[in-house]
Amino acid sequence: MSARYDAIVVGGGHNGLVAAAYLARAGRKTLVLERRPMIGGAAVTEEVFPGFKFSVFSYVVSLLRPEIIRELDLPRHGLQILPLESTVTPLDNGDYLASWSDPDETRRELCRHSTHDADAAVVFGRLMHHMAMAVKPILGMVPPDPTSLSPGDLAGLLKLGGHFRSLGAERFHALHKLMTMSSADYLDEWFEFDALKATKSASGIIGTFLGPRSPGTAYVLLHHYMGELDGAFRAWGFHKGGTGAISETIARAARAHGAEIRTGAAVARVLVRDGRTTGVALENGDEIQANVVVSGLDPRLTFTRLVDPKDLPDPLVEGVRRFKFRGSSGKVNLALAGLPNFTCMPGLGPHLRGAISISPSVDYLERAYDDAKYGEFSEHPYMDIVLPSMIDPDMAPPGKHVMSIFVQYAPYHLNGGWTDARREAFGDAVVKTLAKYAPNIESLILHRQVLTPDDIERITGLSEGNIFQGELALQQLFFLRPVPEWAKYRTPIRGYWQCGAGTHPGGGIMGASGRLAAREIVKATT
Amino acid sequence: MLKTSPFHPRTSALVRAQTWRRWAGYQMASAYDPHPDREYACIRNSAALIDVSPLYKYRIAGRDAMRLIDRTITRDMTKLKPGQVYYTPWCDGEGKVIDDGTVSRLDDTTYRLTSADSSLRWLRMNAVGLEVAIEDISERVGTLSIQGPLSRAILSQVSPADLAGLKYFRLVDSTVRGIPVNISRTGYTGDLGYEIWVDGSRALDLWDALMEAGAPYGLAPAGVWALDIARIEAGLIMMDVDYFSAHHALIEQRKSTPYEINLGWAVSAGKGPFNGRSALAAERRRGAAWGFVGLEVEWNSFERLYAAHGLPPQISNIAWRASAPIYISGRQVGYATSGCWSPLLKQSLALAHLRAPHFAPGTLVELETTVEHRRERAGAVVRKLPFFDPDRKKA
Repeated sequence: MSARYDAIVVGGGHNGLVAAAYLARAGRKTLVLERRPMIGGAAVTEEVFPGFKFSVFSYVVSLLRPEIIRELDLPRHGLQILPLESTVTPLDNGDYLASWSDPDETRRELCRHSTHDADAAVVFGRLMHHMAMAVKPILGMVPPDPTSLSPGDLAGLLKLGGHFRSLGAERFHALHKLMTMSSADYLDEWFEFDALKATKSASGIIGTFLGPRSPGTAYVLLHHYMGELDGAFRAWGFHKGGTGAISETIARAARAHGAEIRTGAAVARVLVRDGRTTGVALENGDEIQANVVVSGLDPRLTFTRLVDPKDLPDPLVEGVRRFKFRGSSGKVNLALAGLPNFTCMPGLGPHLRGAISISPSVDYLERAYDDAKYGEFSEHPYMDIVLPSMIDPDMAPPGKHVMSIFVQYAPYHLNGGWTDARREAFGDAVVKTLAKYAPNIESLILHRQVLTPDDIERITGLSEGNIFQGELALQQLFFLRPVPEWAKYRTPIRGYWQCGAGTHPGGGIMGASGRLAAREIVKATT
Repeated sequence: MLKTSPFHPRTSALVRAQTWRRWAGYQMASAYDPHPDREYACIRNSAALIDVSPLYKYRIAGRDAMRLIDRTITRDMTKLKPGQVYYTPWCDGEGKVIDDGTVSRLDDTTYRLTSADSSLRWLRMNAVGLEVAIEDISERVGTLSIQGPLSRAILSQVSPADLAGLKYFRLVDSTVRGIPVNISRTGYTGDLGYEIWVDGSRALDLWDALMEAGAPYGLAPAGVWALDIARIEAGLIMMDVDYFSAHHALIEQRKSTPYEINLGWAVSAGKGPFNGRSALAAERRRGAAWGFVGLEVEWNSFERLYAAHGLPPQISNIAWRASAPIYISGRQVGYATSGCWSPLLKQSLALAHLRAPHFAPGTLVELETTVEHRRERAGAVVRKLPFFDPDRKKA
């Protein structure tokens, strides 16, 4: 075990793998160490029940950066993103609201509910296009520190300032509103049909401990429109073989560039001597030397578990302590003997190849949040449901299906704490809620896997089960992610870096944090 | 009046947006959904059912059947065994390509030839003095192509044929749910797939059997739009799109030899007399004046052209068929004839004719493209065809 590495990446999640691939591509002898027997972090596919494959945690590709797809040549390594075509929201009166892949069909569908909203949606879409164009460059940029006078920061701020000035007053004001308002209030300015507002605002609450009426949620809406820009590129959708297959694809690219990946290799701590890292110590006692150690773990683990906080300045430790995780979502994965029959759209139909959103009204979502606010899981939760086997038949035996249910809210800090009984009660609430819209669901269930934020933390390590390695709230974004002054992937320990979703821009299977971190490391060590 | 295929009663009920097109005088589905995205995804992810009945089909039988075909096509028929299929071009006396298609040896003395264009007259002209019967079975036989990684799993649910043992470009007589069919391991997608040849009277039964058996495997009908993307990824050419038939070209310059359209591998150097032999032998010695290659558009340069207008790159989900000039250092060196955005490879692809010596893989060229009403040039790299060639195609 005397091999010496240029760089060790702690954690084989997708950002760690992306960082490793870029480091190896730049000629660095790179090693990835993953605690679990499989790589992927929260992007894993597991055969939880014989013959049924689940994207256990993360279940869709959100916004995998097109530049990563190209630069790492991911299509050659097995990338295959399949279209998720529609979103259908069953309504309490037995009707539904649908959004289809064809814009004309969607517009006609919206007209059934509100011609005003159908018209508004066109103009709203155009505005969101411009907003997404405004924010897009930020995703690919190392956040400049607005309090710093260093030439690099000033240049970054100037570039940013110029960028925002070029938006023009109208778009700048719209962006400001998006940054500060609640998604419900923002959507109220545009639309009148409640289920439409509810379904759109649902994308503003995912992964945060906020309700649709909480300020700050409008911004997260915008994140979803980023995918529209890359729409034709299809950086958004369902990956063949589930999200674990994306991790495998990135890992193949990393290996092709010479990176080594070890699973079942838990890192106990990062070795630090005289303010700089010298490698890592594994839980089995082995030590591996490296000049650079990159943590793909979340900020809490990066700064308080892998290293001794005593080696770090107080404001950083204090900032990490205040960094909000508070996981708010759970996951229910079902193995099904057949297809669910939705009362609003009986039988087999195209809706089963898309998302089913349980978001009948803004009040419904806000009440779901109310439960969580006071320490309970939602009795009637928001759910984002997909049937991966309808898109990729290889996910389940022929004629049988897997269902992925993203559920919100399930607070990490549950009154009395999570127990096996409370987990099953949560699972029951999910199935019971779904049965209101698809009554045959209970009779189809062959196996049920329920994951609370507590389980997510225990299995993946994500602190408090937060799927984004920390909330995507405004006070935790850009030059504030994870902590002011330490938002450029560096740490106060020389040679020790961060590359997880807890850094800018974070969130979803984007890979942007891993890429930006690797580029900074290469720049700093060349 | 356009003709309709034997599967029309089924396909017509499924074409949701009435997106039809003409194909060899038939009315055929462009797509069943308003857009081809999912149909294309089925070809690469599960399986797609494609009605390819408009192909011209000839049954050629008799003592001299082999001799007729051998003197017509460029490949060596003496090596085609019963149960085997050739893909081949055929030429006029000057070695210019008339058409391309498949030749199947059904038994010792019976063959099936498919073509893009009607070929009866040309076959008869070549059959002078031979003892051979040429029968146009185009309208009598329906052809369904089932293509995609799960096509074998689906077909084996309904057919007793030994599909695992059926090699690439081989065929077998069998049944599908009792319907007599001929199954060939061929297709126009570059993927694992089969073409199923059935008497028109049983066409609907075949469609129903496959659709039913395929449902649990994600089988979906796919139209020509989806097929067009798949065939470009597979580097498969199309007559009168990527090259002009020598029988249609109004001027000499529009004609191509097999060497000029990437089919030199299909010209047998050692075989006996056939149409175009001496012209092709001379060209082989001389070297072809044109090459037919793939182009990958360089994304960053493409994106920059749009960014100059404040736009994200505009990508169509339908392949284009038009002539686009290609330049090197400001001088035109060729033209692209069709292209598409590849949803799988995440690349803008084109099929292109380039003058010697510019067709070597890795050559950097510029492809003309229209951005915001202006003619622009995007960087592109010459690639060897096919762009996409999965192991499962032949495995």
